[in-house]
Amino acid sequence: MDQFTLNLLVIGATFALYIGIAIWARAASTSEFYAAGRGVHPVLNGMATGADWMSAASFISMAGIIAMAGAGGYEQSAYLMGWTGGYVLLALLLAPYLRKFGKFTVPEFIGDRFYSKSARMVAVACLIIASVTYVIGQMTGVGVAFARFLEVKSSTGLYIGATIVFAYAVLGGMKGITYTQVAQYCVLIVAYTIPAIFISLNLTGNFLPQAGLFGTHSASGVALLAKLDSLVTELGFTQYTGHTKNTLNMVLFTMSLMIGTAGLPHVIVRFFTVPKVADARASAGWALVFIALLYTVAPAVGAMARLNLTTTFWPNAITGNAFDGPAVSVADIASKPELNWINNWVKTGLLKFEDKNGDGQIQYYNDKNPTVKAAAEAKGWTGNELTTVNNDIIVLANPEIARLPGWVIALVAAGGLAAALSTAAGLLLAIASAISHDVIKGAINPSISEKGELLAARIAMGAAIIVATYLGLNPPGFAAQTVALAFGIAAASIFPALMMGIFSKRINNKGAVAGMLSGLIFTLVYIFIYKGWFFFPGTNQLPDNVDNWVFGISPLSIGTVGALVNFAAAYIVSLATEEPPQEVQELIESIRVPKGAGAATAH
Amino acid sequence: MADKSSSNAYWKANIRMIQLFLIIWFVVSFGFGIILRPMLMGIAVGGTDLGFWFAQQGSILVFLVLIFVYAWRMNRLDKEFGVEE
Repeated sequence: MDQFTLNLLVIGATFALYIGIAIWARAASTSEFYAAGRGVHPVLNGMATGADWMSAASFISMAGIIAMAGAGGYEQSAYLMGWTGGYVLLALLLAPYLRKFGKFTVPEFIGDRFYSKSARMVAVACLIIASVTYVIGQMTGVGVAFARFLEVKSSTGLYIGATIVFAYAVLGGMKGITYTQVAQYCVLIVAYTIPAIFISLNLTGNFLPQAGLFGTHSASGVALLAKLDSLVTELGFTQYTGHTKNTLNMVLFTMSLMIGTAGLPHVIVRFFTVPKVADARASAGWALVFIALLYTVAPAVGAMARLNLTTTFWPNAITGNAFDGPAVSVADIASKPELNWINNWVKTGLLKFEDKNGDGQIQYYNDKNPTVKAAAEAKGWTGNELTTVNNDIIVLANPEIARLPGWVIALVAAGGLAAALSTAAGLLLAIASAISHDVIKGAINPSISEKGELLAARIAMGAAIIVATYLGLNPPGFAAQTVALAFGIAAASIFPALMMGIFSKRINNKGAVAGMLSGLIFTLVYIFIYKGWFFFPGTNQLPDNVDNWVFGISPLSIGTVGALVNFAAAYIVSLATEEPPQEVQELIESIRVPKGAGAATAH
Repeated sequence: MADKSSSNAYWKANIRMIQLFLIIWFVVSFGFGIILRPMLMGIAVGGTDLGFWFAQQGSILVFLVLIFVYAWRMNRLDKEFGVEE
């Protein structure tokens, strides 16, 4: 059976499974549509949260970002700590109390706690900007994954993916999405770990990639990371494990990712689906178990694939120095079966090489490094000849580099699609609930019947999918800014409002609105100054590089400062104005204790 | 709802626990993983140093332990104060 048929079979089987779940898990009430009837087991909710959380970027790109980063692999640890550490904040500071509150959306909590429709609408606006930015990346991810593995146009892939999401999200709402995400988690984690185990066995003899990363490179007898460090520095790249040159920025960036994670509405609402407050705490732990399975493997995949890639182009580097032996020859790439993956990925444009000096070999090195450049010129090399290495290749080509069977390659394709579809569905649900529950029921038509609201929720979901598909086909300028925009807004605006709403009885409606708006505006303005106003190219005031950043703080890290602005503004304005009314004080008392959560759901 | 004084004591105990757990959360990630890494460079771990291990593996494992221990301690606290569901 050829690879294409295998891909088709495996992807087709997973899609049939998702549709089957959609038909089984239809939503009959708004409680089922928004919160899966609050009947999801905490372990299953943990799996669903894992799939919801791990996006196309986590699955396809993260290992490559760590492996190939110009600043070195260590610097990218910010993603690993940031995208996991947020779950500690969720479990300790938000999830149990929001579950006890017992309503359906994040803006609803902000509106009730701060007894203010404007606060609720500011939260809706933040939610929609953050989620829409995020969902565009998932939709393009679906298209790209289809295009690579099923040889269709990426727009066709996008339509197929959108149809599948439409089926289970419109029919089943949160209930359908939850059980589909459980299945999608299983697909994506198996697809991610199998190639990782083989590559780790192959390089270090250790079947656990997490241990292999700190193990010994079997072929050379040197520690794997020490080998990688000496190899990449020989080629003129930054030392892989080298320390950061900008500690403040790395701290703030990690913190922005953490509090942004805890403030993202599509993650928070997952904790509304479990039966009890105690389940919400435990479920955050289970979510992190399932997330950590991928996030502890990713840095191993990154380092090992970087080593494999480099020794492929410098065969002598496996045991000695790269430059002591010849580079890989063009003739070998054309003829040797173990190098055939290079040709496969050259076809996709993710990998490109060019024999610039015509010596029949492909020399791969950093020609921006003056020392290495001078040494290379002395040998007659006229520049780096491995001209393109796309980050995504680290995960996508892994099974072929490790020469794994075709069904593993098909599984990686299905895993990438599962990661993108599950995150897209979670985001779309957050958007649709904000429109039907917060805008329609909360503001436009409060007397809408349960049946009417369920219909409105389904229509909002359908509309959100259509808009997301359109934006996926025609990505606007802000689509590439998920980290800055979605995490920045969640960190600077939503997280502080939720935390103060639970932990302070003194913050009132005016303080909350002042805090959210000042955090949001401060963060957006700082991002716009460097990335362009509303991300229109050429409208930035200052070039986006470390020399121009205030105190070396990147626009990606500014969410942490925005959160501090939010806290400060909310406190100052609240202290200058009246205390929240008695019934709000009682609401805060009641969300702080688990007892009585059951009653709150029966509305 | 439980009476006010006992729910106040419950909340204070919870806050103390949250503070302790957040200190550990901060020390393993921002501390060992980033700020204190240069001071820990002397401690070798598999071809690199302890700070690198904390940044790419250790902090995540500690996060996991933190959440489950917090959930377990809170369940005990809920029962102690009679505020469990």
